[in-house]
Amino acid sequence: MRDVAIIGAGLSKFGERWNSGIKELMAEAGIMALEDAKITSHEIEMLYGGTMASGRFSGQEHVAALMADQLGFHNVPAVRIENACASGGSALRQGYMAIASGIHDIVVVGGVEKMTDVTASEATTALGGAGDQEWELFQGITFPGLYALMAKRHMYEYGTTEEQMASVAVKNHENACKNEFAQFRKRITIDEVMRSKVVSDPLKLLDCSPISDGAAVVVLASMDKAKKYHDTPIKIMASEQSSDTLRLAERESLTAIKATQLAADKAFRHAKLAPKDIDVVEVHDCFTIAEILAMEDIGFYKKGTAAKAIADGETALNGKISVNTSGGLKGCGHPVGATGVKQAAEIVWQLRGDAKDRQVKGAEIGMTHNVGGSGATAVVHIYKRAD
Amino acid sequence: MAGIVGYGVHVPFYRIKVEDIAKVWNEDAESIKKGLNIQEKSVPSKDEDAATIAVEAARRAIKHAGIDAHELGAVYVGSESHPYAVKPTATVVTQAIEAGNNVMCADLEFACKAGTAGLQMVMGLVDSNMIKYGMTVGSDTSQGRPGDALEYTASAGGASFIVGKEKKDIIANIIKTVSYTSDTPDFWRREGASFPSHGGRFTGEPGYFRHITNATKLLFKETGFKPADFDYAVFHQPNGKFPVNVAAQLGFTDKQIEKGLMTPIIGNTYSGSSLIGLAATLDVAKPGQKIMVTSFGSGAGSDSFAIEVTENITSKRKNSTPVMDIVKKNKTYVDYSVYLKNRGSIKKT
Amino acid sequence: MERSSASLWRKIRSRYNLIGNLCENCGTAYFPPRIVCRKCGRKSKMVEKQFKGDGTVYSFTRIRVPPDTFKEEAPYNIGVIKLDEGPMVEGHVIDTGKELKIGTKVKMVFRKMYTEDDEGLIYYQYKFEPL
Repeated sequence: MRDVAIIGAGLSKFGERWNSGIKELMAEAGIMALEDAKITSHEIEMLYGGTMASGRFSGQEHVAALMADQLGFHNVPAVRIENACASGGSALRQGYMAIASGIHDIVVVGGVEKMTDVTASEATTALGGAGDQEWELFQGITFPGLYALMAKRHMYEYGTTEEQMASVAVKNHENACKNEFAQFRKRITIDEVMRSKVVSDPLKLLDCSPISDGAAVVVLASMDKAKKYHDTPIKIMASEQSSDTLRLAERESLTAIKATQLAADKAFRHAKLAPKDIDVVEVHDCFTIAEILAMEDIGFYKKGTAAKAIADGETALNGKISVNTSGGLKGCGHPVGATGVKQAAEIVWQLRGDAKDRQVKGAEIGMTHNVGGSGATAVVHIYKRAD
Repeated sequence: MAGIVGYGVHVPFYRIKVEDIAKVWNEDAESIKKGLNIQEKSVPSKDEDAATIAVEAARRAIKHAGIDAHELGAVYVGSESHPYAVKPTATVVTQAIEAGNNVMCADLEFACKAGTAGLQMVMGLVDSNMIKYGMTVGSDTSQGRPGDALEYTASAGGASFIVGKEKKDIIANIIKTVSYTSDTPDFWRREGASFPSHGGRFTGEPGYFRHITNATKLLFKETGFKPADFDYAVFHQPNGKFPVNVAAQLGFTDKQIEKGLMTPIIGNTYSGSSLIGLAATLDVAKPGQKIMVTSFGSGAGSDSFAIEVTENITSKRKNSTPVMDIVKKNKTYVDYSVYLKNRGSIKKT
Repeated sequence: MERSSASLWRKIRSRYNLIGNLCENCGTAYFPPRIVCRKCGRKSKMVEKQFKGDGTVYSFTRIRVPPDTFKEEAPYNIGVIKLDEGPMVEGHVIDTGKELKIGTKVKMVFRKMYTEDDEGLIYYQYKFEPL
């Protein structure tokens, strides 16, 4: 098995991109990534494209071929990867595997979602497809509804409070203020979160990540070729994934995402590392409660203790561990298929020392965590600067 | 002889008081309450309809009867608010009680007497040994035209009766049934119309009173029974006054109709009306007692029944849910705006 | 997305009567029914099982922002109910004015789930009523 590194990263601006469709968003992120890697389109051997619901949002399927086409790749094999909100992270893992296995040397991984060409109501319905269609969405159980069920139970079992959950949103908006690509560049307060409209109790509007348009692209290379393209390749130390039951009610627990626990455990063992070794991590905060669950499930905090630690500021920029320096899904935006790849881009910049105002001092080892649906898929990667 | 082997009732738990309706239309609540002998009526939840009510009633009837639903040979549902104009409510009920596929089935409509018409049908099928058990349901979520007099009484509810022939099952024998029918335009609703229309005072004498008295007198003639032979009498009850008046006309006392008079507290459940009155009476009747039931459906017709309670009624009571318990459970008052919202009368598009 | 009647009729016995199944090999009960037992794989011996509908509220939430199909019904309560026989099932919990809590006991009732539009189908399903 060969070592794999990331040699280039690029993002489009995230937000309501009225002037841009899937093609424009991909080009924005892709050109930036290719320039960063100082690589030409002729050298690309394979493309993996992650998008959750381009059909429902734009009537467009076959998106990987579209991506390869728009980025000017020449007859490159292209495959679409769909794992709901973990489409991006899953595409990244496929790209990693293609190189680690020795089949390809240079692979581009892209993620994109264009969510604002449909009404908010239609978007909410489409997102519900991440859950079980027959028993969850059919009964009108929305995506926020599923996480609200988890939050209610977490509050019941561990005393987690709505204010503690709100502190996740406040922190991530604070971080997003420093991210030029982020959808939201405005600080919010706990009070504002608490007073925002209830979507599905206890989750309020500001507990929820927004509807966003955006794309993210990374370029992967085998380690022996990587140095040719970039001085500071970022090595992927571990790439692990797990699945679990699609229905929330069938999980072993409503207060833990087992797929995260399994993927993170495998990743730490493969990289021979532990939670304490991670300097900076991008976790999947589709809702504030999701970040709390992630911090516990990955192993940074014991079950039931993360909420207080976050509220106390332990996970702020340059705190005990820096979490979601990009602003997370909450502050940076959540164009579903792009998120997993955006997380990787953020870690690449952090480990290179290129994160400007939101730089985590001395960051050497980073991690990304991407979840699909209410936890039926989880993908975890660990990264280290390879010099 | 065919007889009743079990029954079940369902009434939605929301209520609206006469006062809250009268207030909206600037009418005098007290005179309406006195004139119609009614306090309040039932209001369905937004997710209830004649089918869901029929299913709840049918499930209770199966439990009371103590039979396996697969033993039902026929299921008929009578209503004037069937959810579909074409696609029977009866198939929803049949599916929801797991009766299997080998069932004769259809929907009925005869205004408020569709449920008792179904009772006569299953009696015939059972008596002739064509089926072992048959079920009839009368269920409605009747629409009252806003501002119309009927708005004070048009309510929601349903009852299901199961008929069989084996003596060990029967809680009440149906000794005789007769009907009186004529083409009388007292109350009607055209296909596609939202609300029914009626002939005002014409609905009284030529409608309700004529058919009920003729059917009941025919029953007396064919059975030899007189009013005093019955312990209880149940009449169709479009309001709380008509049944009192027709009882007096026929020679029954207030006491005889008391137990079966439900409209004052739940309104007129239309196809459920007489059957719910019968169920409430059977809840308290003792072995050997006789019950006279005459229903009425506009258009018009009446079905009359002479019923005698057997010993089995007492031992089977533990499996029934008394009508008064159902009427009291979760009772919650709503005001006129919530009433309109639940009925789907507030347009959003 | 226009639904096909077939996709919704397919599980009508489960939707109306909580018909799930049971693996006779290991005794695990499932609702909704599973094609294969999660524990036994190829050794599964699945038989039909009807659940009574009695259970306890394990978690709940009140959904205020519904998907398109439930625009008319919102807000509504959703619960994860632990059925007495074991399985956890998601479902609507009807509002009877009583405060809903984790631990509230419920029983099954039969209600409308949603209606497509003035000309479309009406879907019925189990819901839960707090006791």
